[in-house]
Amino acid sequence: MEIEQLEKVASQVRRDIVRMVHGCQSGHPGGSLGCTELLVALYFERMKLKENDGKVVFDMNGKDEDLFFLSNGHISPVWYSVLARKGYFPVSELATFRKLDSRLQGHPTTHEHLEGIRIASGSLGQGLSVALGAATAKKLNNDKGTVYVLMGDGEQQEGQVWEAATFAPHHQVDNLVAFIDLNGQQIDGPTVKVMNNRDLGAKYEAFGWEVINIEEGNDMAAVVKGLYEAKGRLGHGRPIMVLLHTGMGYGVDFMMGSHKWHGVAPNDEQLAAALAQLDETLGDY
Amino acid sequence: MKKYTFTEKKDTRSGFGAGMHVLGQQNPNVVALCADLVGSLKLEPFIKENPERFIQCGISEANMIGVSAGLTIGGKIPFATTFANFATGRVYDQIRQSVAYSNKNVKICASHAGLTLGEDGATHQILEDIGMMKMLPGMTVINPCDYNQTKAATIAIADYEGPVYLRFGRPVIPIFTDPDQKFEIGKAWMVNEGTDVSIFATGHMVWEAIQAGEILEAEGINAEIINIHTIKPLDEEAILKSVEKTGCVVTAEEHNRIGGLGDSVAQVLVKNKLVPQEYVAVNDSFGESGTPAQLLEKYGLDAKHIVEAAKRAIARK
Repeated sequence: MEIEQLEKVASQVRRDIVRMVHGCQSGHPGGSLGCTELLVALYFERMKLKENDGKVVFDMNGKDEDLFFLSNGHISPVWYSVLARKGYFPVSELATFRKLDSRLQGHPTTHEHLEGIRIASGSLGQGLSVALGAATAKKLNNDKGTVYVLMGDGEQQEGQVWEAATFAPHHQVDNLVAFIDLNGQQIDGPTVKVMNNRDLGAKYEAFGWEVINIEEGNDMAAVVKGLYEAKGRLGHGRPIMVLLHTGMGYGVDFMMGSHKWHGVAPNDEQLAAALAQLDETLGDY
Repeated sequence: MKKYTFTEKKDTRSGFGAGMHVLGQQNPNVVALCADLVGSLKLEPFIKENPERFIQCGISEANMIGVSAGLTIGGKIPFATTFANFATGRVYDQIRQSVAYSNKNVKICASHAGLTLGEDGATHQILEDIGMMKMLPGMTVINPCDYNQTKAATIAIADYEGPVYLRFGRPVIPIFTDPDQKFEIGKAWMVNEGTDVSIFATGHMVWEAIQAGEILEAEGINAEIINIHTIKPLDEEAILKSVEKTGCVVTAEEHNRIGGLGDSVAQVLVKNKLVPQEYVAVNDSFGESGTPAQLLEKYGLDAKHIVEAAKRAIARK
């Protein structure tokens, strides 16, 4: 897909995110907005997905397709929107986000059989391990698909992440691309103040990963270019880590760059102000 | 009393290793994972024949559970193995979210459960694992009684779709069950039919219960002994059928009295038929170093204590 087209999808996804969070008056808009380019680029450009008659089909085992795992499950709004816009489930279902009897739980789950989701996430630090298992299964099955996994930067404070970080190069899991959303913010404030992760790139390199930076993580062309670069480095015995530099709340001026909008919903007035900044390109749900 | 004889003693963990050896040959989707305890889990025969299907995780149990969950995506049947303490308490949240809530076909196989791990002491003697695992929605909890039954259970859980906690141990104990048995998940096994008291035992305690049954018989008490190898789902029908006959219950487990088999049985009784129940279990404490036999005696779990509990239960009828 052309960059311009991807940007149009991203604009709609951002509208979905703020409307979903507004609709239930809860959820996490900040990280969702910041990761919009990545998820749109993955699903609409980069990932090889199972399709039937031009329509995506969900298969839990995901044989011969690329898989995506969201470890920082609280940014579910962006994932739900991208999955719906890609065609995994009706866009109208986005209106049920975080409401009773919805398949769109606050944090992603397989429990409600929502197409596109392969593991529950929300309790942080677990997604990289799961992705490594899925990537290992692909190798055992001689399946050429790639496994992608997104983590938060605050999430790097979880010990399990570093167990997984040690495992991946040891077992040469080189069909996996991991991302860290480097927005520098977590609930209690800037990451450097809450618990300084210091140089994550140097850490992962020391652990044996190949590290790539996407400096402009909210620039669609830069993200797509970074994804192709990552893909090109697969299959050489090392897992790939992409440090994705994003802005929390990107795309809505008053939400940008602050931890304040990590898990806060906009009121009616703020919603209107946000939507005024985002073009409706594919039609609101 | 039905006679149970044995010619050999073995550890239940070796039964697990033997089961894995069979699975390695029979089921190409079975993958074994271990957190630096290959020898303790008796995985060598599996690894020797299927090196590509063994994943050494190092001392990283949380990651091992996550990797196991991921392996199921792609159709693998992961058997995640380590000591019971590290397989449950240490990784409860990982099991809860990535395995149970996600309904992944992961087999959590735990050795060195209970007091009978012995000399390593309380840090390793988990007595809360049955409780933690049975509280997870969708989790099957199995605690087989000897080498043969552990082998059969290991093979059986590979054919069952869904998360399983399989618990076994370190000490050598008599092999008294059939080597060719078919293991049915959730189906209690009648060890001895009796009329005076129902002894529901699990894991290593089944052999203690058999010995207790012989002592009781010599004193004119006819004990019904049932091996509850599957604590969840619990064979409520077998429990109620037995209680109808005997009118009182002893539960025996190598576990904290809070949250284990005894409480599961008590729930069935409270809902259906109120009869006296006596617990043979660890009395809400941690363990300590010692030989398995010493520990079973000190913590009130050996045959002698089952006998006393049976008499108390009968007296309360």
